[in-house]
Amino acid sequence: MEKKDIIQSFKDSLFTGLIALALFGPIVGLRTVSKGEGLFITPQWGVVFLLVGLCILGRFLININSARRTEFKIFSTLSSKFSSVTEDKAKHFAITGILFAVVFPFLPFTDRYFMDVAIMILTYIMLGWGLNIVVGLAGLLDLGYVAFYAVGAYSYALIATTFGWSFWICLPLAGVFAAFFGILLGFPVLRLRGDYLAIVTLGFGEIIRIILINWYEVTNGPDGITGIPRPSFFGLPFKRSPDEGETSFHLFFNLEYSTMHRIIFLYYLILVLALITNYFTLKIRKLPVGRAWEALREDEIACKSLGVNPTNTKLTAFAIGAMFGGFAGSFFATRQAFISPESFTFIESAIIVAIVVLGGMGSQTGVVLASIFLIGITEMFRDLEQYRMIAFGGAMVLIMVFKPKGILANRKPTILMHGDKK
Amino acid sequence: MLKISNVETFYGKIQALRGVDLDVNDGEIVSLIGSNGAGKSTLLMTISGVNKAKRGNIVFNGENIANRQPHKIVDMGICQVPEGRRIFSRLTVEENLRLGAHANEKGKYFENDIKEVYDLFPVLSDRKTQRGGTLSGGEQQMLAIGRALMSKPKVLLLDEPSLGIAPKLVNQIFVSIKNINKEKNVTIFLVEQNAKKALELADRAYVLVNGKVTIKGSGQELLKNKDIQAAYLEGGAKN
Repeated sequence: MEKKDIIQSFKDSLFTGLIALALFGPIVGLRTVSKGEGLFITPQWGVVFLLVGLCILGRFLININSARRTEFKIFSTLSSKFSSVTEDKAKHFAITGILFAVVFPFLPFTDRYFMDVAIMILTYIMLGWGLNIVVGLAGLLDLGYVAFYAVGAYSYALIATTFGWSFWICLPLAGVFAAFFGILLGFPVLRLRGDYLAIVTLGFGEIIRIILINWYEVTNGPDGITGIPRPSFFGLPFKRSPDEGETSFHLFFNLEYSTMHRIIFLYYLILVLALITNYFTLKIRKLPVGRAWEALREDEIACKSLGVNPTNTKLTAFAIGAMFGGFAGSFFATRQAFISPESFTFIESAIIVAIVVLGGMGSQTGVVLASIFLIGITEMFRDLEQYRMIAFGGAMVLIMVFKPKGILANRKPTILMHGDKK
Repeated sequence: MLKISNVETFYGKIQALRGVDLDVNDGEIVSLIGSNGAGKSTLLMTISGVNKAKRGNIVFNGENIANRQPHKIVDMGICQVPEGRRIFSRLTVEENLRLGAHANEKGKYFENDIKEVYDLFPVLSDRKTQRGGTLSGGEQQMLAIGRALMSKPKVLLLDEPSLGIAPKLVNQIFVSIKNINKEKNVTIFLVEQNAKKALELADRAYVLVNGKVTIKGSGQELLKNKDIQAAYLEGGAKN
């Protein structure tokens, strides 16, 4: 490397330092402390200079490396490891993954905490798969997917608490309601594409949340809905002491009562729901409507000229995607037994979109990997408390650095002709 | 069969078609030639309903289709091969063809229809599991035509099939167009910049200038026409 390059890199990193100073100066440097009456500013320039110094150093190292046209060794080895994950291997991964998921609750190291994390990951996988229909297949960027999750959760909560119907009746109803809202959103955004579509769906997500907060008579506003019935095992509730004339799960099967029964049941419930979503998506991709979604994502004008009705095609994508969001929402409500608008903020939409995009748009296995990676990492760093979102962001950056098109960027053709082997 | 009268189409305030009159009879090959921006593609888009005519009638088999939705028009038997091919590049050749059958998706004749397309363009059959985007320009054009044929159209609208394609393949594609017309009895309405080829192929032809038809006649007449030779054939005659 030449001297000129070093000087150039150094200048560039100083400039970066300047930007860092402008950012960290007010944000970190001026700390407000409340003392007695009012806020006081305590400067902490030491931390600022440390951060700025780190930025300069980091930028300088990156510059030197790119000038040499070499990568950090760790970058290249990691990245080659990742890229060996192909669709072919993904199939084996899928089978072993499902098997693992089935036996997971009975593994010796599995405890309550692991089960809770697993249920959460599976919920996100299901949401990811649901959104994958809208974003991955139909190519409609929906930043308000949490709205359907919320509609599903509230539909279930309201129906179940008002009419006392069982989970198995409410679940499809919640799906229908969510699908209806999907169509409701679909109509005004039919003419929009790309960024504009994303903005409107973002707004829709917020509208639903704000309605939930303000429509006090129905949704109980920010207080949320409590006492949502738990699901029963085909009519057998998970209770220590069942009501008069009722048999509970542990009595029926002659087991010692344990709260884990319910958790394991919830785990299998969401596993089945998620697998149904996946199966449905894989099947519908081979049907005319599924193909039309993918074609619409590629080229709308070509679709029109071939007799695809874009209106209906987009609406079905929104409706079906929303329906699965609604199912996941009802599951969420029955699992938590309490819901409030707090649970349905924009960050949820963002996480789901991140899972779909980072997984590789349209890749089902990618969604699984991205969910495990993003949710798992965020959970692993739970001890870091408020800093764990940094781990979340870090995980995203890592995927973008190593796999800019998503973990599994390749889409398998849905049709192979008879006798054709890949 | 297809009768276009006094059609005017606008893009916002800009008028692209200024009262176009032309007709296409059953079983004919009709070519429309004209320079860039004359409104050729706009006319095709207006017939297939992607653009809407502000005034005028487009009558197909006795029905006015000027305000129909594009997918309804495809159902009636008019299918367009859009300019620039517009292949679904991330879908396979086979999936592209299946999408062509979307309007025709009873599934009953699918195997038969796709075989006809493969017979017409054998190269597609070799590449059926390949993604559309990996085909050459000429192959993509064949795929686009094949895809449109899957909808079993009565009239095929072709928008610049020679655009950006190797000259050798252009000949092959024009031969195929003739075959589609003669053997499958599909009426062809062809829009082209390659005026010589288009006129040679055509039973009848029209010249579009600034959104209006200025000259019409049989393909042979137009080939001999002095004005057309000067305006459209001189440079391109070597092809």
